[in-house]
Amino acid sequence: MEKYSFPKILYHALRGHKHWQPAWRSPLPKKSYDVVVIGGGGHGLATAYYLAKKHGVTNVAVLERGWIGGGNSGRNTQVTRSNYFYPESAAFFEHSLKLYESMSRDLNINVMFSQRGVLNLAHSDHDMEMLARWTNAIQLNGIDSEILTPQQIKEMEPLIDINARFPVAGGFIQRRGGISRHDAVNWGYARAADALGVDIIQNCTVTGFNISHGTVTGVQTSLGDISGEKVHITVAGHTSVLAKMAGFRLPLTSMALQAMVSEPIKPVLNLVTVSGAIHMYVSQSDRGEIVLGAGADVYNSYAQRGSYDNVESCVAAFLTLYPRFSRLKLMRQWAGIVDISPDTSPIMGRTPVQNLYINCGWGTGGYKAIPASGDTMADTIVNDRPHALIKPFSLERFESGALVDESAAAGVAH
Amino acid sequence: MFRISCPFCGERDENEFVCGGQAHIARPEPAEQVSERDWAEYLFFRDNPKGLHFERWQHRYGCRQWFNIVRHTVSHEILAVYRLDEAPPDVDREEAV
Amino acid sequence: MSNTQPMRLETGGRIDREKPLSFSFDGKQYNGFAGDTLASALLANGVRVVGRSFKYHRPRGILAAGAEECNALVTVGRGALEEPNIRATMQPLYDGLEARSQNCWPGVKFDIGRSLDYLHFLWPAGFYNKTFIWPHWHWYEGFIRRMSGLGKLPPADDPDHYMHHNVHCDVLIVGGGPAGLSAALAASENTARVAVIEQDSRLGGSLLWSEGNINGERGDAWLEETVRVLRQRDNVTLLTNTTASAWFDHRMVIACEMVSDRRATGEGEGPRQRLWKVHAREIVLATGAIEQPLVFANNDRPGIMLASAVKQYCNRYAVAPGMRIAIATNNDSAYGVAGALMSAGVDVAAMIDARQSLAGEGARALRDQGMTVFHNAIPLDCRGDRGVRSVSVARRGGEERLATLECDCIAMAGGWQPAVHLFTQARGRLRYDPSLGAFLPDEIPPHVHVAGMVAGALTLDMALEQGREAGLAAAGDGLQVRPRTRSKSTGALHMERAGCEHRPDRQWIDFQYDVTLQDIDIAVAENYTSVEHLKRYTTTGMSVDQGKTSNVNALLALAERTGRTPGEVGTTTFRPFYMPVTLGALAGRDRGEFYAPVQRSPLFACHEQLNAQFEDYGTWRRPRVYPRNGESEQQAVAREAVAARTSVVVFDGSPLGKIEVYGPGAAEFLNRVYLNNVTSLETGRARYGLMLNENGIIIDDGIFARLPDDHYLVHTTSAGANRIHAWMEALLQGDWPDLDVLLTPVTSQWANIAVSGPRARELLERLEAGIDISNNGMPHMSIATGTVENMPLRVLRASFTGELCYELNVPADRGAALWGRLMQLGEDLQIMPIGVETLGVLRTEKGYLHVGSDTDGNTTPGDVGWGHVADRKQGEFLGKRSLSRTHNTSYGRLEFVGLTPVQDGSVLAAGAHVIGAEHTGAPAPTQGYVTSACYSPNLRRYVGLGLVQDGSRRQGETVNVYDNGQVHPAQLSTPAAWDPEGDRLHA
Repeated sequence: MEKYSFPKILYHALRGHKHWQPAWRSPLPKKSYDVVVIGGGGHGLATAYYLAKKHGVTNVAVLERGWIGGGNSGRNTQVTRSNYFYPESAAFFEHSLKLYESMSRDLNINVMFSQRGVLNLAHSDHDMEMLARWTNAIQLNGIDSEILTPQQIKEMEPLIDINARFPVAGGFIQRRGGISRHDAVNWGYARAADALGVDIIQNCTVTGFNISHGTVTGVQTSLGDISGEKVHITVAGHTSVLAKMAGFRLPLTSMALQAMVSEPIKPVLNLVTVSGAIHMYVSQSDRGEIVLGAGADVYNSYAQRGSYDNVESCVAAFLTLYPRFSRLKLMRQWAGIVDISPDTSPIMGRTPVQNLYINCGWGTGGYKAIPASGDTMADTIVNDRPHALIKPFSLERFESGALVDESAAAGVAH
Repeated sequence: MFRISCPFCGERDENEFVCGGQAHIARPEPAEQVSERDWAEYLFFRDNPKGLHFERWQHRYGCRQWFNIVRHTVSHEILAVYRLDEAPPDVDREEAV
Repeated sequence: MSNTQPMRLETGGRIDREKPLSFSFDGKQYNGFAGDTLASALLANGVRVVGRSFKYHRPRGILAAGAEECNALVTVGRGALEEPNIRATMQPLYDGLEARSQNCWPGVKFDIGRSLDYLHFLWPAGFYNKTFIWPHWHWYEGFIRRMSGLGKLPPADDPDHYMHHNVHCDVLIVGGGPAGLSAALAASENTARVAVIEQDSRLGGSLLWSEGNINGERGDAWLEETVRVLRQRDNVTLLTNTTASAWFDHRMVIACEMVSDRRATGEGEGPRQRLWKVHAREIVLATGAIEQPLVFANNDRPGIMLASAVKQYCNRYAVAPGMRIAIATNNDSAYGVAGALMSAGVDVAAMIDARQSLAGEGARALRDQGMTVFHNAIPLDCRGDRGVRSVSVARRGGEERLATLECDCIAMAGGWQPAVHLFTQARGRLRYDPSLGAFLPDEIPPHVHVAGMVAGALTLDMALEQGREAGLAAAGDGLQVRPRTRSKSTGALHMERAGCEHRPDRQWIDFQYDVTLQDIDIAVAENYTSVEHLKRYTTTGMSVDQGKTSNVNALLALAERTGRTPGEVGTTTFRPFYMPVTLGALAGRDRGEFYAPVQRSPLFACHEQLNAQFEDYGTWRRPRVYPRNGESEQQAVAREAVAARTSVVVFDGSPLGKIEVYGPGAAEFLNRVYLNNVTSLETGRARYGLMLNENGIIIDDGIFARLPDDHYLVHTTSAGANRIHAWMEALLQGDWPDLDVLLTPVTSQWANIAVSGPRARELLERLEAGIDISNNGMPHMSIATGTVENMPLRVLRASFTGELCYELNVPADRGAALWGRLMQLGEDLQIMPIGVETLGVLRTEKGYLHVGSDTDGNTTPGDVGWGHVADRKQGEFLGKRSLSRTHNTSYGRLEFVGLTPVQDGSVLAAGAHVIGAEHTGAPAPTQGYVTSACYSPNLRRYVGLGLVQDGSRRQGETVNVYDNGQVHPAQLSTPAAWDPEGDRLHA
């Protein structure tokens, strides 16, 4: 793998930038692999990378229907945080946040992880009590979080109107939370996995599974059959479709989740700010765009476009809290298909089919999980048992009733 | 924005309605005799098809009546609307995925 | 040419020379005319450098004459009226307009940021992915952030307002050019309601600046007549200055109308913009096409423009974009530009045509007029940093130099890409047409029609014909819309693209974000060869114009370099918005105070009179507390809470959810939705009940009462009123249609006043309502009806304070009268109102559960001490099955308990967590949390409620309570701290 650095850019500049190496190869699929990963998003690429890096399993294919990073991992709002309520969630996401902190050096690509702080707002005394419950949980989990007064919030983010229709009663911040560059994360994992021998195969659609006596033996694809000792499904919104091909159902609903960006302006927002009560979160990208996230459209959808009502209510919420932005213009709006589980926590691990693994149900918050998800799923696949960090997120919990419902306990979803 | 034909009021904008998820989920009775696996199936597991979806909607900010629709989850086209006491219409379930 | 506007032509144009306007750019005063855009007025004044590029801070001039402009982004207005990133080409000129350049320092003519350009070889595509890794991105981020961004946020809040307008029509026509107008004429012949949306300030499209001949008359005359006819038709709505920007499901088009910069122009009040939400049965897209630039060395210099823009400035605005103009083309359309310039007396340096042979009439005609026409030739490079001064011409391939021409403007004609944005948002599919070098509509979705240049019609006749066909089809009865054929390119450009070859000097693809051909080469070398990867890696097409003038060139270059056809490469997705939309316009009036409605109780005015301190609880604005004579909130709560337990108080409970349940199936229905037994309830009696969802989780609670006959009154929490009613309707209509039950939500029909305290009965007796309210006549948990002062009255004896308590319900409009009467009758009893905060204190003292605070989304009846009720209940109820699942019967569940601080004076706050006594701080495993807590004025200590692991079995145990770093010991107890035996309820 060509090592990226400033001297390397200088070196290539002197040679007219004509000799850059491919970030990854585009091989034809082999007949068989040790592990076939379906889905070339961040989760799938990270899984392949950790299979090769930590377990020495390099005979791995990542099959992507379109272009890698083209699903939710390339169309999210790039927020990473570990301010979770339940210890099981906190342990997982803190592991993920730590991997984000070292990712640029680990993958030798600048993912621009900007730990500018994630601020959650409360708009009433009751909100504030719930937020205290949440903050204390985070602190007890050994993770940083600070309660803030409205005045402190005003100082940190002066453009918030703390006396708005929903006045700001307080909030808390996780300073280690922040945003990064999603494409760089995807490409970084792809490049590093490829360098270790993983085959990344784009434009390859999985059309069926080869299953014999309850054990998966491979997949049927638009490029022919590919056999795999083990097969991993990590396709976010389309998980139900793949599961149906493999003959089982999942507790998932696919919905369109929207995001939108304004035209770029000079930096004015310092933090990532979330208001659970009015369903809005906002940050400013390093390029200058104001990035807004809205709620999901609450009906089943596989269309990567959102409803207009959600655009309107998201913008109205934003302007209610940040009236100064009224004359700015919205440049682009899009949606991704998220797969939401009943308790809004992920579903990871084994499936009713032997040697077939799933990693899904990330709902609206999968981006921040990419590294930990790849790490723990690689371990799970190699050892055919759930990694300790993901045991609570098994499919079986829906039978026993041991749900991990963050929104139920803290009043705020992922 | 969807335009939905309420069987009782006529065509209205989507924001008068609320989607109640998959239709025709029969409550297993008597519940006490249902296994944990089947009970989980009833509570949580859904078809979630990429294609035609039979789903319940309520005209919440109108007549408050619930009814069913058949909607394509990619095009979002509504192929049929029917009352709860009507049988599901005969639409080709494998249509255009 | 007039002296004050050096580049203004003496005659012609659609400007009003009688109405001169003055404006400023970067502080310097200029003049223009009514009918000008800011761009045309700047050009008329010879202003060439109007902006700087994003990355290299290169000088930029005006490129286009319409929505596709990506260079001339300026800030207009001052103070609160300031708006960044306005396209000068779309900004109508008004008197006193102030415009400023942006993204440059100290100024647009000399910009320090330009130093980045001289080191450009260090910042190729993807450079920021490859550097700034050590030691950490934070070291560099601040600087990079300051360098990025274009305009600035205005310094004050927006004083303008914005409106929304919903319309329905039979036929919506997007685009008011020849094809759109022709469609409108045909569609509106009968009764169909037709709307036409045009982004320009005038209807006519290319007819405004292009000579045309329609049915033997001048295009002008046809336009005038057509607009006149359309205006006369009642069934036609014509909107100008309105851009259709996005297409949403079920044929809703969002269009933003620029009504007026009223404040800036002094026109007074009124909306600044109006957002149209158009629902249409059929939609005709006549959105035209966007001319594409040519790729050659230094093609980003000021003075290099799209050929069609040159023609527009000349013909429509009577402005010469240059004194001497060279035209470079790869197709026929540039010849009309040459003709127009020559007619206007503008000097044309030469025509540089890339095509191998020049068979066309245009070339011959030009040559006959003595003009130099190069064929098989391309512009190789150009000179002139702040404005082009010359262009060098070479044979295709670049080896053979043909000439160097002096010129101050280069018109580029690189072919036309249809504006297919809305078409693809409508799920239409495209195909690549090699003869046009563009992507054309292919599979056309139902109820959509395309006409004119967007459909590949290159001649006026074809555009009119297609428009007419589309208009007729769309206005048909809907059943007989005739099948739309694939659009086919009609007419010909005889286009022949010269390849994009590597040259020593940079060739721009995306002018705004500074993406060059070399960046594409790098992306290809690194295997970013998916068109989406290319876009994201190089940032091409990601700027404010969203690639209107860069996407096609980028993907053609990509196709060429990867040995694929453009069709195989495909396009990136054309997401909303076609043109950026002002956030204020999207929000409309639904922001600030109107963001969410406020619900007020019928007694709101009474509370105001009593100087209540209000607070929003969910959607309701309710009295928090009623402070008197400078009391603090804490003092007022203490006074109210003590009064509630010593004399008599009133509380406005009107927001409490109320649902009337009637019918023979009512008892059975309620028996299924309540955990409690309903069928055994006698008429006149009431019971407290819990509702569970099918997952066994408590979703609401409240008192239900039985009235005579099959009639029940169900109370829900204030927050749950609508949710529970909708849920009950779903059950009745969907799951149990056999039950004969009628539900009526009556929350807002009744005013509810709770009279509570040891002297409550004494007060009620004075009301003389004709109800026996003695302890025997009306025991705890009973209901009776009567009348007071001709008001129908319902009295429910039930308590949420722990004291003797009656809830009086009268019709909402009589609530204030009853409130007044009670306050009057109770004057000698020192009656006083209590607010929601005080109520919270009373119920916490008493240990009453508050669903939503003391329960969460995991709490089952067993967790709050109601397991025995569930166990005893005969028959089926919702949630029952889930209660016996493994997890719900296991140890370690969070259970409802009381908490008492062990140390004197120690505080207990909701949100604190319970940790084991052996832990003295974080991190520590949580064992649950305090869900409600307050200082109890009656017990003179803090009281708390919580959900604690196995809490019911741990009463008496001392635990530690953790709150934001502080730890205090507390003892677990039963929830009720006040009157645990409940004697006072039955007094």
